[in-house]
Amino acid sequence: MARINSPAKLDEFIKGVIDGRSEGRTCVTLCSGSACHATGSEAVARKIAEQLEEQGLAGSVDFRRTGCHGFCEKGPIVVIDPEEVCYLQVQPDDVPEIIETSIRGDGIIDRLLYVDPVSGEKTSHESDIPFYKHQRRMVFGPNRKIDPTSIEDYVAIGGYRALPKALGDMSPEAVIDEVKAANLRGRGGGGFPAGIKWEFARKAEGEPKYVVVNCDEGDPGAYMDRSLMEGNPYCVLEGLAIGAYAIGAHEGYFYVRQEYPLALKNLEIAIARAKELGLLGENILGTGFDFHVKVHRGAGAFVCGEETALLKSLEGRVGEPRPRPPYPAVKGLWDRPTNINNVETWANIPLIINEGAKAFASIGTDSSKGTKIFSLVGKISNTGLVEVPMGITLRDVIYKIGGGIPGGKKFKAVQTGGPSGGCIPENLLDLEVDFNKLTEAGSMMGSGGMIVMDEETCMVDVARYFIDFLADESCGKCVPCREGLRQMQGILTRITMGEGVPEDIDKLEALAEAAQGASLCALGKTAANPFLSTFRYFREEYEAHIEEKRCPALSCKALISYYIDPEKCQACMRCMKKCPSDAIIGAKKTIHIIDQEKCTKCGECLDACPTKFGAVTKLSGVPVPPPLPEDRRAFVRKSKAK
Amino acid sequence: MSDISLQIDGRPVTAREGDTILDAAREAGVAIPTLCHHADLEPYGGCRLCIVEAESRGGSQLVASCVYPVEEGLSVTTRSEKIDRIRRTLLELLMAHAPDSPQLLEMAEEYGAKRDRFDASSSFCIHCGLCVRYCAEVKKKNAVGFVDRGPKKEIAFIPSIASKECRDCKECFELCPTSYLQAAFVLTESLAFPHESE
Amino acid sequence: MDTGRIDQIIDRHGGEASHLIQILLDIQGENSWVPGDAMRRVSERLEVPLDRVRHIATFYKAFSLVPKGRHQVHICMGTACHVRGAGRVLDKIQEVTGVGPGETDMELKFSVETVNCLGCCALGPVVEIDGKTHGNISPAQTVEVLKSYE
Repeated sequence: MARINSPAKLDEFIKGVIDGRSEGRTCVTLCSGSACHATGSEAVARKIAEQLEEQGLAGSVDFRRTGCHGFCEKGPIVVIDPEEVCYLQVQPDDVPEIIETSIRGDGIIDRLLYVDPVSGEKTSHESDIPFYKHQRRMVFGPNRKIDPTSIEDYVAIGGYRALPKALGDMSPEAVIDEVKAANLRGRGGGGFPAGIKWEFARKAEGEPKYVVVNCDEGDPGAYMDRSLMEGNPYCVLEGLAIGAYAIGAHEGYFYVRQEYPLALKNLEIAIARAKELGLLGENILGTGFDFHVKVHRGAGAFVCGEETALLKSLEGRVGEPRPRPPYPAVKGLWDRPTNINNVETWANIPLIINEGAKAFASIGTDSSKGTKIFSLVGKISNTGLVEVPMGITLRDVIYKIGGGIPGGKKFKAVQTGGPSGGCIPENLLDLEVDFNKLTEAGSMMGSGGMIVMDEETCMVDVARYFIDFLADESCGKCVPCREGLRQMQGILTRITMGEGVPEDIDKLEALAEAAQGASLCALGKTAANPFLSTFRYFREEYEAHIEEKRCPALSCKALISYYIDPEKCQACMRCMKKCPSDAIIGAKKTIHIIDQEKCTKCGECLDACPTKFGAVTKLSGVPVPPPLPEDRRAFVRKSKAK
Repeated sequence: MSDISLQIDGRPVTAREGDTILDAAREAGVAIPTLCHHADLEPYGGCRLCIVEAESRGGSQLVASCVYPVEEGLSVTTRSEKIDRIRRTLLELLMAHAPDSPQLLEMAEEYGAKRDRFDASSSFCIHCGLCVRYCAEVKKKNAVGFVDRGPKKEIAFIPSIASKECRDCKECFELCPTSYLQAAFVLTESLAFPHESE
Repeated sequence: MDTGRIDQIIDRHGGEASHLIQILLDIQGENSWVPGDAMRRVSERLEVPLDRVRHIATFYKAFSLVPKGRHQVHICMGTACHVRGAGRVLDKIQEVTGVGPGETDMELKFSVETVNCLGCCALGPVVEIDGKTHGNISPAQTVEVLKSYE
């Protein structure tokens, strides 16, 4: 394919691509992101390709394997365009029927449709599904429509309009002004206004300048950047090129976690295709602007998501953050002016250039413009990636989009902002998703992880979990973080083991003050947030653990005992068969008793006991009732009420 | 190089561009505690004992004075209830490793730090980095280095280099505030140095 | 590891010191672990002090300095999986394999690692063995799955 050497020629190329496609043509779209891969989309893909071939439809029906659609709970997902008929949890065996009913014919297969978890209503069209309906998929939308290995797909839906506009019609300063006016705040966690950061880098002295994409997404439970990079690397590449032009950089780096092999693969393909077409490399579109990119893999260090640590890693060093000032915009990679932004931040740039700052800023709140992609996970019916306008309430995200809490359980908290963030309780659910509001509530926007917790989640254990994570990931250079986390880890673990003492809270508070005040980087400064936030809203759980040796959520193994209620036990032996420790004593007509000495609290018996009996319970903070004497264990079937 | 005027604990101080707050304070005779700082080595910013409150138009924040560059109009406070409290906590954290270190004991007295407030750690090393940095920056031998990260971080000699270089040097030994370094060396020497015959 | 192979990898990266981590990743990828000799060769050719190579190989968790087992067992300890009971599954893995996270058993059969978020949060808890994902896995199912590996 020949290099496109002018914006006018690019217009021609794009027109050629679009004209070569017929609008009404049927297209079978299969979500093929990593999450769907894990639910078996490969097998479905093979079956679809095979069936289309066998039935002679391969010439008239398109089959497009796209990136992540976002509705990960319900994968594999097949959507038939242009009707937008959406089938969920599709298995290879469903494929022949899908082709027969919805491609050859125009029928709908009821059993593969979305069912609302509350109303039971079924929906056949993708955009009517509540999960999608309440989203605003400005950035993530294209994932649904393009094959990530096809630059033609990207331009067909509107890609590569922003880059020629910026290079051809706008000065670098005008580009920066547009991004400033849009008030795009960093989507990686820092929330710093991107335009202002770009301006610092432009004004800074030193050559060469660099731009960097931070794809070291490390918050556990967050995978938005992965899905963007897997599903639409072009929009990030386009945004990056525009940023490089604005700042005056000619070299860009992608820093991608090595744990994201599909993202790395699709990125390399995108880079190769863009280079071929002259949209990357020397003299882009004949405008005289050179821009080259390199890809570096991360090597398993969460701290490398911190920008100065990331730069160290790019230089081939350990990821120990550097003090700031000087800021990377002034002294970054190799001490040169460098602008680092998160994947999602870069992905918003083409949108801003195409639609204009005003349109972008018309969405959102005063302090937080545009949309944000969240990974809505945990105790939630509709797990997946959701893109919502800033200003939507947490309640709407969790209930309208997320479908609420499964299993009839009660919402307890939603954790946002990753390990640096915090937990937001039920009474604050009407909080708007907004940088400032989330921070005021003791949490933060973070990179977009939104983990829903229910009544069975122990908040002290949540704090312990995050502190464990941070202790593993701390670079270890500075005392308040390294030693602070070491001690916090010890204290929180002891509290969950029933060995907490009242002084522990004072110690945790002192450690929090030292970490916040004296740490070298943001990881250390926010290291105590898991404790501070859970203690702020769930103090009574800490008090119960420490003073009563009781876990209110019935979760901490050391503080709970499993107990079979003799009134409810039907002596069915199901729990006995599942118990891996031979800890249940009983027989066909003998009430079952758990031997507390042998019980390892694995919970298999609770899962095994039929719901209608509900005989297995968990106790905490109270002594386990002594077992019935052997001669009183005969099971007596209760007569039905007259 | 231009002069920079700032304030330290209410007193006007003149510094040179490129100085750190610590440099300026020392010139002006203001004492700020340090542990990982050494005149012959690049500032490290690891122990954080040197934190001070630095106020400028942008607001006020706690910074490590050994690495923070002086700015025109900066107002620095070297002692306060909060600063003292944090320094005390930092010392207590370090004493969980090395309760008998002379440098730590001296500062502990000043700040009221208790040697046994936090759970004792099995390793004496407080990661001031003086040994590693001295061997890298001054001797340029890199015979001892860091291994791993976070609470699991350790220092370790490289036997093949240490066996050649250290016997006639050992200049890092007197830098170690806790004597862990000497212990680590002796252990490495007896267990891991290549034998004469190899 | 053969010096020739190491040199090939180093040459692919133009012998650049800033590519140290990428070079070690390639070595780890081809060899499944980073031997001491490889570190020494990299230190020599890149003219980077050995202690820096060693620190990088131990700081970044993608690297193993010991040989790995035939089967890599990765259990996701991301927040969503944690909340859905990943801890119990890990306990069970330790019981069956006899080793914990970061360890390899004596027969070099299983290497167990905890990983932070495989991005399949809808399927939590998730265990990945030799790249194959097992979602919605219970402790009992884990036993069955592990038994199927030679």
